[in-house]
Amino acid sequence: MTEPNGAIARFDNVGLRYGSEREVLSDIAFTLFAGRFYFLTGASGAGKSSLLRMLYLAQRPSRGMISLFGVDAVTLPRERLPGFRRRIGVVFQDVRLVPHLSAYDNVALPLRIAGVPEKEITRSVTDMLEWVGLEDRMQARPASLSGGEQQRVGIARAVIGRPELLVADEPTGNVDPDMAIKLLRLFEALNRLGTTVVVATHDMHLLQKVPDSLIMRLDRGKMSDPTGALRYPPRPMGGGM
Amino acid sequence: MSGFDDPLADDVPDPVDRPARFSAGRESELVPQARLSGPMPWVIAIMVALTAIAAVTGLALRNIALAAAADLSGGVTVQVMEAPGEGRGHQVDAALDALRMAPGVTSVRQVPAQEIDRLLAPWLGGEGPDQGVAAADVVPVPALIDVKMGGAVSDAQVAALRARLAKAAPAARVDAQAHWLSPVFDAIDSLQWLAAAMVGLLGVAMCAAVLLAARSALGQHRNTIAIVHMLGGTDGQIARIFQHAIGMDAAAGAALGIAVAVAVVSVLGRKFAGLGAGLVAGGALGWVDWLLVALVPLVAVGLAVLTVRISVLKALGRML
Repeated sequence: MTEPNGAIARFDNVGLRYGSEREVLSDIAFTLFAGRFYFLTGASGAGKSSLLRMLYLAQRPSRGMISLFGVDAVTLPRERLPGFRRRIGVVFQDVRLVPHLSAYDNVALPLRIAGVPEKEITRSVTDMLEWVGLEDRMQARPASLSGGEQQRVGIARAVIGRPELLVADEPTGNVDPDMAIKLLRLFEALNRLGTTVVVATHDMHLLQKVPDSLIMRLDRGKMSDPTGALRYPPRPMGGGM
Repeated sequence: MSGFDDPLADDVPDPVDRPARFSAGRESELVPQARLSGPMPWVIAIMVALTAIAAVTGLALRNIALAAAADLSGGVTVQVMEAPGEGRGHQVDAALDALRMAPGVTSVRQVPAQEIDRLLAPWLGGEGPDQGVAAADVVPVPALIDVKMGGAVSDAQVAALRARLAKAAPAARVDAQAHWLSPVFDAIDSLQWLAAAMVGLLGVAMCAAVLLAARSALGQHRNTIAIVHMLGGTDGQIARIFQHAIGMDAAAGAALGIAVAVAVVSVLGRKFAGLGAGLVAGGALGWVDWLLVALVPLVAVGLAVLTVRISVLKALGRML
């Protein structure tokens, strides 16, 4: 579900501090619209991962308001978080595959968590692994997969549950440039299918590869708006999931 | 890489609000099972074996106490402490008459001399054709009268019998049979409490062992838990992963433990049966007792699963 104006996520005056340290993110305010492709850029340590953690509900802010799928995510009761997390696909920077499960079982995990019948899972996971080009590596364990293959398994796992929002934290950080482009094409394809995509990266070359993308920049915990997308939000894309 | 056709077919169901249970019980895959290679099954096997043996001991002691109490509670022994002869015979007859007339008395029987000889033979010898003279011929043994009262004997009833016999048989001494064994009953009672305490303590120790195992498993599988958590797994689902793992270990250990306990109890039962002592024979277990013993492994598995569930949920409660 999105807000009436098509917003899928909204941050208002959000600040985040760990313990009694100074804020790592200050006065963050932006809106993500359904069906758009966003890049979140900034140098290492700028706070990209912290911002994404709040976006995929792994972290609550120290102050401010976050609205996700039209619901106040700051005060959302803990027991309701799993349902909302299932609406968000996350590609972790360090992939985070379950090491003793095969590529197939890792991709199937979100559906099994959601209680989808095994018969449906078999078809969906097989299609998904074919889609990311790993149809011949289904039974391989993560340790026997290359970095790019692991990342593709991570992406397949992130999108298998038909998320409304896909959040990718430096997904191309551990792969060669060719693979980075291929992964980016995957995200674009997903975006064309209606998923709102947020990709955090410090690789400025990637930004030019997706012409319609909107860019958010973090600099030492503060948000800047180089494309004006935050100050002058574009019209929401039609469709959605 | 293949093309970008939509692999997310339209009929893939929306997983958001599905019940919080893994498909086809696949949660067991998330924590690799270390069947009998870890310490947990062995710890539970030892705990279950000790608990079952303690439970059998407690139940056998209870049965001994109940059987002995039932046997002795209505019994009174009258000893006529007179040297063998005509005077003793008169006093025994008078005592028998007086006792038969006494209120509350249901039966009166003079214990035959041969029976007394047989009872004393293990201590004084003389039993059997080649064992020489009867015990009663060697040491002065009083004449014994076995009296049965309707119901448990009270101190007042014993006093009334004494008063009744004071004139008819002045050499008579009256004792409630239950009084002789009251120290034994006290000891049995204490042993029963000890057995119950052992069962309780072993249960607590098992819970503590499971708690440590659960913490260790949580630490070992922290990354998997975080992944499941972030993919929308509920606390209940994650707890079930560990319940399954620990439950299987506990079941294997409990089966082994109860098998060992039954073997030990069988061997001990045969040894005690060989004693041929009446008191010990009363300790035999009935089917209800065996049913209670059979509950030990089931309760152990239940306690293990409950302990791991509580500890995992508590640990998860500290996460967002």
